[in-house]
Amino acid sequence: MTLILWLFVTVAAYELGRWIRKRTGSSLAQPVAIAIAIIGVLLAASGTAYDDYADATTLISFLLGPATVALAIPLYHQTARLKGMVVPVLVALGAGAVVSMVSGILLVRWLGGSDALERTMATKAVTAPVTIALADRLGGYPELSACFAIVIGIVGAMLGPRLLTLLGVRDPRARGVAVGAVSHGVGTARMLEEGRVEGAFSGLAMGLTAVVTCLLLPLVAHLLL
Amino acid sequence: MITGLLWLLGCQLAGTAIVDVTGIPLPGPVVGMLLLFIVLVVRRRGGEDDPIIQVGDYFLSHLQLFFIPAGVGVVVYFAIIRDAALPIVVALLGSWLLGLATVGWVLTLALRHLPGVGSEGAPGEEIE
Repeated sequence: MTLILWLFVTVAAYELGRWIRKRTGSSLAQPVAIAIAIIGVLLAASGTAYDDYADATTLISFLLGPATVALAIPLYHQTARLKGMVVPVLVALGAGAVVSMVSGILLVRWLGGSDALERTMATKAVTAPVTIALADRLGGYPELSACFAIVIGIVGAMLGPRLLTLLGVRDPRARGVAVGAVSHGVGTARMLEEGRVEGAFSGLAMGLTAVVTCLLLPLVAHLLL
Repeated sequence: MITGLLWLLGCQLAGTAIVDVTGIPLPGPVVGMLLLFIVLVVRRRGGEDDPIIQVGDYFLSHLQLFFIPAGVGVVVYFAIIRDAALPIVVALLGSWLLGLATVGWVLTLALRHLPGVGSEGAPGEEIE
């Protein structure tokens, strides 16, 4: 009973979030943020442990796997646009990954955060399933790093497009790559709404950032941690 | 419908198997994504009636739903987050903003100065 109850609540909260999104038309109303807030309140009110909720909703979190695989589709639709862009995209993503990891570590250190928190922050700039594996290996808090990745995805979905316009980044490919590189799945879901090009390059950047970060993280960790 | 689902799960399975065998530090679904990309390029179909595209597009249109259970996990870390709120918030937002600006600017510069790469996104033109 509780299994189907939490599944129902999760899908219903998401649907409510979509309804609010449609009614307000605001990018600040992200269905995933609305759903997390609603479910968090319901868990606290009912005294349900997070582990029980996570067990009940395994079916939904499992679907993240095939959905990640499906990100190949928007990328495939854009293969012609990728010609001549492989090197610039990899250079931009490499630079972004290093800046993101180093600034994350140093900001936590500067503000007096713990060593484990530095390690958690270092791995947060990749998609949730990857950051869990990386934080675990590096000695951070795996689940917290996944939360960071999701929160920053929500921030990216809310503010990313607007900030890029302020920063003077107008090319739809650069906009998609930038959001995908730092805001992963939730950011990519938002960029798919912006347009096919933005969505495709965002999904591409999310996948490649995972690869680039996995390769560069040992180096950054060796130098800084 | 089922054919498309089989392809998605098959690529995830193959990706996970490759990770398990080789020990490369990547998650199975990410390798699966690269495999499905190769499959799509090799098949060269990908019309609207392609079952992979139909099922995949449906999954992608509700991508946010699948993140909700993990996102709710934030409640478990409430104490850590409260005790280290300042470093967490500043480092999270700061490194995110620096990363976003770096990627956006580096790529914008590269696209502007590289010959052979269009300076505009050429909206509307379809591929394949």
